Amino acid sequence: MRLTIKYFGMLAETTSVSEEQLEIESSSVAKLIVKLKDKYPELNNLDFKIAVDQRLVSNEDHIHAEAEVALLPPFAGG
Amino acid sequence: MSISNTRYHRQIILPEIGTEGQEKLTASKVLVIGAGGLGCPILQYLAAAGVGTIGIIDFDRVETSNLHRQILYGQTAVGEHKAIAAQHRLEDLNPEIHTIAYPEKLSTTNALSYFSEYDIIVDGTDNFSTRYLISDACVIANKPLVYGAIFKFEGQVSVFNYKNGPTYRCLFPDPPRTGSVPSCAEIGVLGVLPGIIGSLQANEVLKIILGIGEILNGKLLVYDSLTTRFSTFSIQRIESEVEKVINLADQFKTMDYDFFCGIKTIKEVTPEDITSTKNSTLIDVRETSEQPRLKHLNAISIPLRVLSKKLTTLDKDKEIVVFCQSGIRSKKAAALLLDNGFTNVAHLKGGALALHNHKPLSKV
Repeated sequence: MRLTIKYFGMLAETTSVSEEQLEIESSSVAKLIVKLKDKYPELNNLDFKIAVDQRLVSNEDHIHAEAEVALLPPFAGG
Repeated sequence: MSISNTRYHRQIILPEIGTEGQEKLTASKVLVIGAGGLGCPILQYLAAAGVGTIGIIDFDRVETSNLHRQILYGQTAVGEHKAIAAQHRLEDLNPEIHTIAYPEKLSTTNALSYFSEYDIIVDGTDNFSTRYLISDACVIANKPLVYGAIFKFEGQVSVFNYKNGPTYRCLFPDPPRTGSVPSCAEIGVLGVLPGIIGSLQANEVLKIILGIGEILNGKLLVYDSLTTRFSTFSIQRIESEVEKVINLADQFKTMDYDFFCGIKTIKEVTPEDITSTKNSTLIDVRETSEQPRLKHLNAISIPLRVLSKKLTTLDKDKEIVVFCQSGIRSKKAAALLLDNGFTNVAHLKGGALALHNHKPLSKV
C-alpha cells in the first residue's frame, strides 16, 4: 500500500527529503520503522515519534493505505 | 486594583476580554524560564498585555551574538544578567506590573518552591535536561506548562499538564541520545523563528488566563518557517508516564537531569597522556583525507559518520581514546560510544592538530 511520509527537523536533513511516497506491504508502525531505518540507516542514531494522520501512535498501531505518516523529532533549541 | 484603561484599551474593547479579562490578567502570575530567543518575545507580550506578576529565570548573561534574536536587549545590555536586563526592559515597557528576576540556574532544589508561586510555567529553555526538569516539576507541582522549542527553521508549541492533558513525557518519554540533536549555538537560527514560536507561546498563556479559545492541550503544533506551513498532531495522555513522575516526587530534589539526559562529562586526555598510555585503543574519527595522518600512532581510522556501524569491531574492555582534527567531532564520537555501552572512553583535547604540535611526539 502507498503511504506519504513526512520528515521533520533534522530527520529531513538526514533523509534529504521532507516528503515522499512509499510502498509498503505491511500495515504496522513497527514494520514501517524497520523499513525506514533500512532505507535510511542514519535514522538508527536519531530519536523520533510517529504520527499517522496527525495522531501520535505507538509501535503496535496499524497504518491504513493512503495514510499520511509524520516523523517528529524532539527539538531543544530556544 | 487600578487598571490603566488607556494602556489596555485596545484589548479591553474586545468583548471576549473586557475589564473582567483585564482583571484576570492583572491577577495572574506567570513564570518564564529562559530569557533568550523564545523568552524575549514571551516576556515582551505578557508584560505589554498586563500580566500582573512575571518571574524571569535565566542564569546567563547577554552576549553580542544574542542580539539578532533576543529582542529585549540592546548593545548596552551586553555582559549583564539576562534576567536583570529583561526585568529593566519590562519595567519600562509596563511599570504597572510586578516583575521578579532570578539570575540563577533552575535546579531540582529551587524548581518546586518557585513553581508554587506561579499559576503558569513557560518553557523557553534551550536544552533537554532543563526541559525534562521543568516538565516533571510541573507535574509534581500541578502547574500547566506552555512549551516551545526550535530547530533551525522549524518550531514546536504545545500546552502540557493542562486539565489532565498529556505531559511532555507523554510526547517524548525518553530524552534523545547525547549529541543527536544540535543546539542553536551549533547550527544557527534566524531570529524571526523564536520570535514566532515565542509569540505563539505567549498567546497560549493569555488564552489560558482569559479562558478563551482552544488551548493547544493534547496537541503539538509544528511550524516550518521555510514553507510557512503549520501542522497539528494530537497527543494522548499516557497514564504510566505521568505516574512515573508522580512517584518520583519524593526524590525529585536529588534527581540528576543531566545524567538522565546523558550529558555525562566526557573524559579529556592531552597529547602527553596519549604518548604515555600504551594500552588504550586509539581511534581517528576524521575522514581519511584529513591531514596530518599521524601514522606513527597506529590509530584505527573510523570516520565519525561510519562509527555507529563499526561498534562491534571495538573491544569494550579496553580504554578507547578518540581524536579528530580539533576536538569537536571526537566529543560526539565519545558520546556515541558511551551511549552504546562503552564505559572507558576519552577524547583528545585539541585533536590531531594539538598532537602534531606536541614536540616530544614529533620525534617518535
